[in-house]
Amino acid sequence: MSNIPLAGYLIVSAIMFFAGVYGFLSRRNMLTILMSLELMLNAADINFVAFNKFLYPGQMDGAFFAMFAIGVSAAETAIAIAIIINIYRNIKNIYVDEVNKMKY
Amino acid sequence: MSYTLIIVALPFLMFLFLGLVGGKMKPVVAGLIGTTGLIISTVLSYIAAGSYFFSVGKIGETYQTIVPMNFEWLRFTDKLHIDLGIMLDPISVMMLVVITTVSLMVHIYSFGYMKGERGFQRYYALLSLFSFSMLGLVIAPNIFQMYIFWELVGVSSYSLIGFYYTKPSAVAASKKAFIVTRFADLFFLIGILVLSFYSGTFSFRDLTSPAGCAFAQSITDTFMGWSVVSWAMMLIFIGGAGKSAMLPFHIWLPDAMEGPTPVSALIHAATMVVAGVFLVARMFPVYIFGAPDVLTIITYIGATTALFAAVIACTQTDIKRVLAFSTISQIAYMITALGVSGYGAHEGLGYMASMFHLFTHAFFKALLFLGAGAVIHAVHSNEMDSMGGLRKYLPITHITFLIACLSISGIPPFSGFFSKDEILVAAFEKNQIVFWCLYFCAGLTAFYMFRLYYRIFWGDNNKVYQHTPHEAPASMTIPLIFLAALTCVVGFIPFSEFISTDKTVFHTHIEWSIASLSILVAVTGIAIATWMYRKKNTSSDKVTASIKGLYTAAYHKFYFDEIWIFVTKKIIFNGISQPVAWFDRHVVDGFMNLQSTITNYLSRKIKFTQSGEIQDYAWAFMMGAVVIISLLVFI
Repeated sequence: MSNIPLAGYLIVSAIMFFAGVYGFLSRRNMLTILMSLELMLNAADINFVAFNKFLYPGQMDGAFFAMFAIGVSAAETAIAIAIIINIYRNIKNIYVDEVNKMKY
Repeated sequence: MSYTLIIVALPFLMFLFLGLVGGKMKPVVAGLIGTTGLIISTVLSYIAAGSYFFSVGKIGETYQTIVPMNFEWLRFTDKLHIDLGIMLDPISVMMLVVITTVSLMVHIYSFGYMKGERGFQRYYALLSLFSFSMLGLVIAPNIFQMYIFWELVGVSSYSLIGFYYTKPSAVAASKKAFIVTRFADLFFLIGILVLSFYSGTFSFRDLTSPAGCAFAQSITDTFMGWSVVSWAMMLIFIGGAGKSAMLPFHIWLPDAMEGPTPVSALIHAATMVVAGVFLVARMFPVYIFGAPDVLTIITYIGATTALFAAVIACTQTDIKRVLAFSTISQIAYMITALGVSGYGAHEGLGYMASMFHLFTHAFFKALLFLGAGAVIHAVHSNEMDSMGGLRKYLPITHITFLIACLSISGIPPFSGFFSKDEILVAAFEKNQIVFWCLYFCAGLTAFYMFRLYYRIFWGDNNKVYQHTPHEAPASMTIPLIFLAALTCVVGFIPFSEFISTDKTVFHTHIEWSIASLSILVAVTGIAIATWMYRKKNTSSDKVTASIKGLYTAAYHKFYFDEIWIFVTKKIIFNGISQPVAWFDRHVVDGFMNLQSTITNYLSRKIKFTQSGEIQDYAWAFMMGAVVIISLLVFI
């Protein structure tokens, strides 16, 4: 395990992140967008843990940040899903470009 | 003496109660509740007056100022704070008696007069509100509380004048009364502020004590050649002139007769209109020591108003308007008496006479108005032309009205004679011109009152009425009889033993030389009225024709309404308001409109960049981030 260099973690994290960005920009379905969002967050978490492990091996700050971000994202997801469900009840679909009732 | 609080609080509670739930009650029940409250207030005021004048208030030969309760309400500085409380001194105790008595009579009278009117409960609620505000005004221990109640009086007067709110003329009259008095009150407020700024206190006790008056003499600041104290007192007097209908603010009072007649008796004859007199009397030490020049102005305004209103009263044909102008004239008497008064025992005769006249006038003028109400109730008209020979139909009203007429004309032994005599004596000692002016007015008063009396009760004896007029019900005649009895006896009260400038007892006696002169002029006035109006004849037309110009001018009230309309509409509206409105509309608004137009135009142009699609924004954000990072990395 320990012989995987830092660059390996960063490459995985970068791939995850840009996969998330791509999904976020290209998808219309809100659930998919939410998943992409989670992908980006988790990529950032990997970065936290990786940098913690390689730069400050004696400390746990990065790991804590990662845990914290996971907690926040769980809460955020719950809210987002609640919103999506409500939107679905109102307009019977969850495509972002259809949610334009409040627009000019 | 703290039970005096109940006198004031009870009408207020009645107002709240009747105002909130009165609508759900039977009219008579609501009226009875309001009247019961006022009966308690009245009895308590009599007890208060008795104990004040004969035991509690009198120490030796001097009356004390008692403050049974006082709490601090708003504090500005250590010395300057607004309090609410009760202050009892001879004039406020006297006013308590006057107000509660007249108000009670009006409450009882209204059972008959207002019977079957819509809003009977509202009427009683408003009467209670008015009684509360007026009582609060007279017991105020500081000028600011007085101002608060002063405005409350204005509001309740407004709503009572406009009681018949479906009638456009009543609405117009109530607005006119409110705006004119409010306009004058503005000066009152400025006067209060100036005075308290220099004296550092609102309290009457401090202001009118000898030490308080010393401040007035020590101030040397002047403004436009007049000392600031004179300015302050002049402004305060203008406030009083507004409420008391002095020239040139008298225009609201004749129109205020649109209200129900008992209301006119209560507000526009006996209580509210004397608030200005009361105010000047309250501040009298400051006037006499700090601003004697203002007192001179007050004298002349009073004398002019008395004459002017008396002349107009001779020409009016609406019986309530005759009484309205008569009220203006009599109040001007009181104001003039204050103006010619000095400070001290006998020098303060004018002050005593003014309060005496206020006291007697309240009863006989209320009696006149209530009598007029009974007449209107019987013939359903205000115009003299539709009356005549009514003495056969309304015997009680006739006798009581005659007593009031004799009293206001100054015929002994009725009360008006005594108070008017004191005023004339005071004026004679101080200022001959004013004395002859008032003397002439006394004659005019006798003339127009008996013109009114003859045209209602005599005149055309064979007048045919559509409905035979009938005497008013007992609820209306009992107050008439009671007030007539008061009118006969209150003149014998030795008033100088109760009220004087320095609150010390002194003794007066009737000055028979002047009294006989005033009786002479009153009898002359009555005789002329008898000759002209007792029987229907042409002598009045001949007299009218011989002084046609004066008659027409007086009939149109010397065109004062037109002058005010001209000043407000032509000069103020066209000269000031219109240009200001133009500037506001085209320059101030124009600049703002220009800004908004430009903003609107630009935002229309760029709004399409805001698609509202979150992904577009994220894309833009991403690209921006990429550009910035590339710049940071590669440069």
